Amino acid sequence: MEKDDSVFQIGVGINTPWFVGQTMNGLLDRFSEERMIDTPVSENGVMGIAVGAAATGSRPIVTFPRMDFMHYAMDQLVNHAAFFNYTLGGNLPIPLTIRAMINRGGEQASQHSQALQSVFMHIPGLKVVMPSDPYDAKGMLLAAIEDNNPVLFIDDRWLYAEEEEVPADYFTSPLEGAKRLEEGKDVSLVASSYMVKEAKEAYAELKKKNISVELIDLRSISPLDTETIALSVRKTGRLVIVDGGWKTGGISAEIAAVISADCHSDLKKPVIRLGLPDLPAPAAKTLESVYYPNSSTVISAVQHMI
Amino acid sequence: MEEKLSITALNILETMLRIRIFEQELAEITPNKEFNCPVHLYVGQEAIASSVCENLTDQDYVFSTHRSHGHYIAKGGNLNRLMAEIFCRETGCSGGHGGSMHITDKSVGFIASSAIVAGTIPVAVGAALTAKRADNSQISVAFFGDGATDEGVFWESINIAALYELPILFVCENNLFSTHLPVSKRQANQDIGEKVSTFGYKVIKADGNDALEVYSKAKTAIEGIRRTHKPAFLEAMTFRWLAHVGPTEDLDIGYRRKKDVEYWRGRCPIKLINNQLIDTNKKNKDRIQEIEKKIKVEVADSIEFARTSALPSADRISHGLYN
Ligand SMILES: Cc1ncc(C[n+]2csc(CCOP(=O)(O)OP(=O)(O)O)c2C)c(N)n1
Repeated sequence: MEKDDSVFQIGVGINTPWFVGQTMNGLLDRFSEERMIDTPVSENGVMGIAVGAAATGSRPIVTFPRMDFMHYAMDQLVNHAAFFNYTLGGNLPIPLTIRAMINRGGEQASQHSQALQSVFMHIPGLKVVMPSDPYDAKGMLLAAIEDNNPVLFIDDRWLYAEEEEVPADYFTSPLEGAKRLEEGKDVSLVASSYMVKEAKEAYAELKKKNISVELIDLRSISPLDTETIALSVRKTGRLVIVDGGWKTGGISAEIAAVISADCHSDLKKPVIRLGLPDLPAPAAKTLESVYYPNSSTVISAVQHMI
Repeated sequence: MEEKLSITALNILETMLRIRIFEQELAEITPNKEFNCPVHLYVGQEAIASSVCENLTDQDYVFSTHRSHGHYIAKGGNLNRLMAEIFCRETGCSGGHGGSMHITDKSVGFIASSAIVAGTIPVAVGAALTAKRADNSQISVAFFGDGATDEGVFWESINIAALYELPILFVCENNLFSTHLPVSKRQANQDIGEKVSTFGYKVIKADGNDALEVYSKAKTAIEGIRRTHKPAFLEAMTFRWLAHVGPTEDLDIGYRRKKDVEYWRGRCPIKLINNQLIDTNKKNKDRIQEIEKKIKVEVADSIEFARTSALPSADRISHGLYN
């Protein structure tokens, strides 16, 4: 925001500490209400306003403190932000960042728990990124702001306690490309965002059991870097995909389809997909504990495959 | 106060006390972490739900929001099943799938609450369509806050209900804030009732902390809706005493002043109707004390019920996805 005066932030509740998990602290003092616009509860209108501002020279960042509230904004996001440039013959770039938070658990139930990455991955014209570590959180957010397209940047509040040294200076990290975090030979394990943390724990446990896992962080959901996954599967012959969203019609289904076509003869075992059961999030903690996959889910899937 | 009104007033006060004591006891135990589910408490706003619902029957439909305990209790919802739902227990009204923001008791016409701002407003209009087609005197009531009138779907609903002449009462509980933002920072014309009136509504404004005023104004409006099938809009001014969410007062965040919270605490809706009843008849004092005693037991029982109920077991997870 310091570097580029055309950048501003807008969204329902962006100036309250409790909505946005302390991530906007100090910004209001530095940039004033002119560039930190905390709006009425009008998600679709706000989304459309950001599209209009982006179409005319601004670089807005729209924040949704919970992805669940984005459903109201779907029309402006899909029909306008994502499609305008294509439908208008490439004449109307929409340089827009949408920051959406996944905020779940704590018996908050179905309307305060959603992880909708797969819904947005389905929409051509949107870029969808999901960083898993502080470096990418900073670098990809800045890259999203610089990008001349609508970029959906999804961050998971379950990652907010993660710590890592990151450069204090301005830097960007690419909006596409998966990252191989660990090299291994027995199984390829693909995860994104918070599930990378669980997958790392699974990696360490499995290593103790002499199972060598190749761990891949997707980073970007759209475009999806299936080439990096295919390269790994050609070596290991086994693929486990873990996603924090619903399983049916989701990221893991897309990856499994591409890999079974591209690596058909390399696969030694059918692909295993882990995700949420096809149910809205339940409230009760006893149900939450079976609803969300974790490192143990990953460990047993990998062991089952070997 | 004449005798007939004083019986009604006692009923309303009883409902208000039931809500107040339920919410205060809930606030008291929330820090214990017996449940994680967030709670949006209704303390300070009791007059509105209690007085509106005094005019309704079990056949009338009620819809509510994230701040729904008061509406559910006022509609006659079962306390045990409410407390158990807040505790996310299997015996809760939604089987522990929903928690505080997702409650229902169809047996008394409390159809649903939703955690999405304005989410149930069009749904309540749909219930009014059912009522209209059934051609009886049933009506639908949507409770919501001033924040919900920021949403486009609110205005779409207002228009459609007026256009099709549907039997619905919209009740806007204007507590001056949507979380941390005052109406003045969210609406260009802050007179919500005036804006709605341009759609051809009969708009009724009331002091939401004066139970008898809300009661008599809602009564006239509801009788009109039953007779004509035309919608009406009630805007009741009030204030929430506690935090947007949870049992504290939200004074540390800096969006509201201690002075204002104290002013509104001074305008306690329960104290007002309590004094009106005692001024009418000194004997009411004892009656009210009896009622209070009875409710304290009911609420204590509901906590005990919730505590001793089981959390849903894993095999309940798919329950209710489809029928
Ligand atoms: C669509 C949507 N946007 C934002 C929120 C977050 N939120 C929860 S309650 C609330 C304020 C609602 O204010 P109001 O309707 O006046 O009701 P009150 O809390 O004052 O009872 C907001 C913005 C939400 N639940 N749903």
